[in-house]
Amino acid sequence: MLSIKNLHVSVGDKPILKGINLEINDGEIHAIMGPNGSGKSTLSHILSGKSGYTVTEGSVTYQGKDLLEMPPEIRAREGVFLAFQYPVEIPGVSNIYLLKAALNSIRKHHGQSEVDAMDFLTLVKGKVRLLEMDEKFLYRAVNEGFSGGEKKRNEILQMAILEPKLCILDETDSGLDIDALKIVSEGVNSLRSPDRSFVMVTHYQRLLDYIKPDFVHVLANGQIVKSGGAELALELEEKGYSWLEDAQAAA
Amino acid sequence: MTTALASPYAAEYQTIASGLPGQELPWLAALRSEALEKFSEQGFPSLRQEEWRYTNVSAIEKKLFSPAATVAGRSIDKAWLKLYQIQDAWSVVLVDGHFSAELSDLDELPENVLIMGMTEALIKQSETLEKYINKAVNAEEHGFIAFNTAWFTDGLFVQVAAKQVLAKPIQVMHLSTKPEVLTATRTVIVIDQMAEANIIETFVGLDNAYLSAAVAEVFVGQNADLTLYKTQFESEKAYHFSGTYVKQERDARFTHHNFALGGLLARSDLHTELGQASECELNGLYLGVKRQHIDNHTRINHLKPHGISRELYKGVLDDRARGVFQGRVIVAEDAQKTDSQMNNRNLLLSSDAEADSKPQLEIYADDVKCGHGVTVGQLDEKSIFYLQSRCVDEEIARNMLTFAFANEMVDKIKIKELHDMILEQVLTRFPQEGVNKEWL
Repeated sequence: MLSIKNLHVSVGDKPILKGINLEINDGEIHAIMGPNGSGKSTLSHILSGKSGYTVTEGSVTYQGKDLLEMPPEIRAREGVFLAFQYPVEIPGVSNIYLLKAALNSIRKHHGQSEVDAMDFLTLVKGKVRLLEMDEKFLYRAVNEGFSGGEKKRNEILQMAILEPKLCILDETDSGLDIDALKIVSEGVNSLRSPDRSFVMVTHYQRLLDYIKPDFVHVLANGQIVKSGGAELALELEEKGYSWLEDAQAAA
Repeated sequence: MTTALASPYAAEYQTIASGLPGQELPWLAALRSEALEKFSEQGFPSLRQEEWRYTNVSAIEKKLFSPAATVAGRSIDKAWLKLYQIQDAWSVVLVDGHFSAELSDLDELPENVLIMGMTEALIKQSETLEKYINKAVNAEEHGFIAFNTAWFTDGLFVQVAAKQVLAKPIQVMHLSTKPEVLTATRTVIVIDQMAEANIIETFVGLDNAYLSAAVAEVFVGQNADLTLYKTQFESEKAYHFSGTYVKQERDARFTHHNFALGGLLARSDLHTELGQASECELNGLYLGVKRQHIDNHTRINHLKPHGISRELYKGVLDDRARGVFQGRVIVAEDAQKTDSQMNNRNLLLSSDAEADSKPQLEIYADDVKCGHGVTVGQLDEKSIFYLQSRCVDEEIARNMLTFAFANEMVDKIKIKELHDMILEQVLTRFPQEGVNKEWL
């Protein structure tokens, strides 16, 4: 699905990612953990195509194609979805409008006709129920006046409707209370499938109690310093990140 | 002042004066002659006047727009008119400044409601009009007001009696159909106590250079409620001035929606005076393209305690267009506990577009809550990326955000037919590719 090889990324003259290597196969869930400033958000931004970063070395291949060559909207139509750490408020554009525009862009990209209005509504309402949201949400402006938890839930709603192949969750658990976290996690778990992969960027181990990863990677100072199974997250919770950073410094 | 004296308009006045309505009314004759004198002295406003410093109207003075002698109702293309007309409304159609009985529809008016052309009103309701004409305007203010008083050829008179709640809106169409025509209309709206009404003023013209110069005086009685919509869709070659001057009595509520989309040079004045505990809400949207110059001037005068005013004007300016917002809020010494908020937000889509914004608060009371804010900026790059990450092309994302910025004001319109008409005009005059209104 996704192959990141020796990826170096800078912001201005400052190197942020310093040689990331990561292989993600179909159906896998990878958690990227690490202290603040380790480069976690840069990684999710670079995968989704945010401007302001320079790739100085390395490559990212998504389904056999050069991901870095694609503009953000093409990545999205090809199935890459970023659930934002800070979802943006868009006054004047309703949720339902954006969902329809997005879904139809994907269909058009794959040579399909526009979605039937009734089918669309049925699909959307089903997903709204899944995430225990109020249908009124659909007709409100995108994220405008939403609480932190509502914004995150709205990201997962979009994800559930657009059915991406590669889901990147950027700090989706930050700012969520336990009830909201459970709902969001259930939403994510319901989307798990053999041909859909997840990259969960998170600072907290708590999310991994609800969404069990296949692999955990620790990012520190722009490099993956340790990889392991789900048990690595528990070790991190116990010991913190400093032992890994110290080991990296010693090496 | 020599330039003003040389105004070709003042020189031409004598040739048209005998055809103006209300000649037989001594009070009106006196007002008109006073106004003519004032206009001859002042001319049209100049850049030297503080409240006109951003808007140069000298082009009007250099031309000579003349009033049409008669109504040309039959030649109006009904399909064209229909683009702008609300079907479920009482309608008054003024063609080149003259009431057209043929195009107007005033059937089944409730008792206690008067709606008629100004010429007819000067015959049937002259005593009432004498109490209202020139009472909400300050005739000294600037030349356009005196000009309208001297020149108006017709207009609209509405009086809604106490406690009457109008079931459907009234729409007055100010049409300009001839090249070089002067359309000078005068409107008087009286909403008596506890009455409620929705009135739509629509300015529209054929693709000609013309001058539309309208003045409306509005009286909202005690605890009455008026929502006034101004939809200005003049031709791209037209000069437009319209001034709306409002007096609100105690507890009166006044809401104004101003959609300024048309005109080569357009200026709108909206002044309101608030009595005790009266409320006003002023909403505005101006969209400028090409070389349009659109100026909106508002003044909210809190005279008594406990008044509330809310104002939001938004501008979107592309190409070489220029938008001006001047908003003045005055809180008199006696107007304690006033609560006032004024905002102006501008979106510039081109490096040649310009927005001038001048909010002013003048507060003479000491226990008030007043605020104002202005922004002039471009589209937010974070929002563009967010939409792109949701599969939307960058250009369409820009269009969606531009449309959304403007649509906030359109969405405030509660009359569905009017909402849809305005939306259509916004999208026609300001096409945003990729914005699908069927999905809204």
